[in-house]
Amino acid sequence: MTATMREIEFRDAVREAMSEEMRRDTRVMLLGEEVAQYNGAYKVSRGMLDEFGPRRVIDTPISESGFAGMAIGAAMLGLRPIVEFMSWSFSLVAADPILNNAPKMLYMSGGQYGCPVVFRGNDGAGGQLGSTHSWAVEGLFSNVPGLKMVIPSNPADAKGLMKTAIRDDDPVFFLESERLLSLKGDVPEGEYLIPFGQARIARAGRDCTIVSFGRPVHFCLEAADALAREGVDCEVLDMRTIRPLDAAAIVRSVRRTGACVVVDQSWSFGSPGSEVAALVHRECFDDLDNHVHRVHSADVPAPYSYDLEQEYLPNTRRVCEAVRACLYRA
Amino acid sequence: MPSASQASVDVNAALAAATKQTPPRPRVARPEVPFDTARGWLREMMLIREFELRCMQAYQDKKIGGFCHVYIGQEAVAVGCVAAVEKRDPIVTAYRDHGHALARGMDPRYCMAEMFGRIGGCAKGKGGSMHMFDRANNLFGGHGIVGAQIPLGVGLAFGTKYEDEVINGGKSSRVTLAFLGDGALNQGSVHEAMNLAGLLDVPVIIICENNGYSMGTSIVRGTTMGHDISSKASAYGMEGIAIDGMDVLETYWAMRDVVERVRSTSRPVFVDMRCYRYKGHSMSDPRKYRTREEEEAYERDDPIGRLKAHLESRGLTEDDFKSIQREVRATVRAAVEWSDQSPVPPMSDLYRDVYLERWGPYTGSSAPEMLGGGENEPSFKAIRPVEGEGELL
Repeated sequence: MTATMREIEFRDAVREAMSEEMRRDTRVMLLGEEVAQYNGAYKVSRGMLDEFGPRRVIDTPISESGFAGMAIGAAMLGLRPIVEFMSWSFSLVAADPILNNAPKMLYMSGGQYGCPVVFRGNDGAGGQLGSTHSWAVEGLFSNVPGLKMVIPSNPADAKGLMKTAIRDDDPVFFLESERLLSLKGDVPEGEYLIPFGQARIARAGRDCTIVSFGRPVHFCLEAADALAREGVDCEVLDMRTIRPLDAAAIVRSVRRTGACVVVDQSWSFGSPGSEVAALVHRECFDDLDNHVHRVHSADVPAPYSYDLEQEYLPNTRRVCEAVRACLYRA
Repeated sequence: MPSASQASVDVNAALAAATKQTPPRPRVARPEVPFDTARGWLREMMLIREFELRCMQAYQDKKIGGFCHVYIGQEAVAVGCVAAVEKRDPIVTAYRDHGHALARGMDPRYCMAEMFGRIGGCAKGKGGSMHMFDRANNLFGGHGIVGAQIPLGVGLAFGTKYEDEVINGGKSSRVTLAFLGDGALNQGSVHEAMNLAGLLDVPVIIICENNGYSMGTSIVRGTTMGHDISSKASAYGMEGIAIDGMDVLETYWAMRDVVERVRSTSRPVFVDMRCYRYKGHSMSDPRKYRTREEEEAYERDDPIGRLKAHLESRGLTEDDFKSIQREVRATVRAAVEWSDQSPVPPMSDLYRDVYLERWGPYTGSSAPEMLGGGENEPSFKAIRPVEGEGELL
């Protein structure tokens, strides 16, 4: 990007995107728990009540099923609500509206009612939050046709993708990470949008393609640095969106490197990671020197203990091990 | 007005006996509706009943698949409520939705063809019996999951108010009707939505079509305060009112009052709409949980029979009644024939209407042609085409 850059936090980038879109379009409003007077449980919406007032930045009770459904009704009418889930873990009590209503409305109505709503919030493990608060919902929810899923890894992407999400006419699930909210990064001045379905090459390399998205991208980059010292040159693809998934970018890269590791913080069974593995085995069968290797959260409920949690999550060591195994260097 | 109010005593007493509910409050004297208007309601109610009878037949003939819930007995509710609002007021309802669709003005052909799974259906055969949508008539669906439509209804009302006041800088001027059955009363989503409606001053009328049975469970077996469910409204800071839903004239006048109040105050109201379904919950229900005597008590005080008696006292002749009967039979027969002839959806439609945007295997969306829709309706038109550089999964 050639635009003037400034360094801001991930949460500021998300807020800038929402505020810019709310200035541009009065149909856009934000609702959720503590988004207004409290300035957001994680300060993503800080200051927005002051600018837009209580009619457009709306505090809701702790009532996910109610306010998610309410936003969907408003979206059917033509408004463009942004719904903040304090955590995607809490969206499970709203499973019916977000999975049965939003992504199916257009189909069930034979094309009569769309649902331009954005659901956003923290996804994945925070810091020792235990089993119920550590959901990585991408495994569950990406299974559902009719929704789009965005999982940004850095502030610049978060802003451009959020603006696209708000303008999108289909329901968008926007997965942030509490662990990334304070991450600083260069974000261009001025308006820009990042289209869905276009992966970013976070690091170019020749020996192995590492496919990831969201917070684990950072572990992949650390692993790639470590592996470079061993003479292994990794390419890291940041998918940015899971639905749509930029399959072409994955295939292009794997055909060049002949090796593929998928790093996905959801559980392995029926996950974006398994979908990518199936895709690569189907499209790159003759190019592969080994089967696709996968790094996921351990197939257990998220533990509380710090050490166990670190081992549970994809981490730099586990990514390094998977790449070495994939390249027969273990 | 002759003894309509007298007649209602029986049905309320029967309902009270059956479900141990207190009857609706005594009715006040109501003005008379114009003869032709009331005759129009009679025709609508007869149309719905005839339509539902033919649905049952078509279901037996295996022309209709899946679940099918008929509205017979409750016709006065949809007709009276829809008559009390304007076309610009959104309506959302549950899965027993054919009556609401027809009362709202959906062509019976599109309604029947939808159940036949044909392209001529209101949702191009993708929704089925439980999912009647009609954008032209501001009907935001039949919804299949019990209670799920109430948050949507609160959202629709929130949305009309937001459009009127925040976007257009005026005063809230529309009301939303959100229907549910008494079986939905214990769903969390309903209570969450009522709390939000009360909290946010949302102009929604939540109409509980209280037919006394949640599938096979009578209301007193499944619901606390089942004898007086409108009292639940007070917990959410909203008015609760019981209305006789077996008498379309009373339903209309009582709802008109409610609609007027909600339109001017923008405060939600909860309605306990007393009614009865003559048939089972769905087509497979043998109704062993209630007595034939109870059913007969309601059938003797049938909403269609009651309106017919009222109109006869105002000059409706048997010939006129028979001519209505002939006309609705012909209309429904034509709907069945039309549905039989409507093609099944093309297989290319499988991947249509999943996303408004075209990508991967998805081919975009278009509203059903017969409802006046075309390629990508303007209000949802994709603003930003994806400049794909290749295959998207």
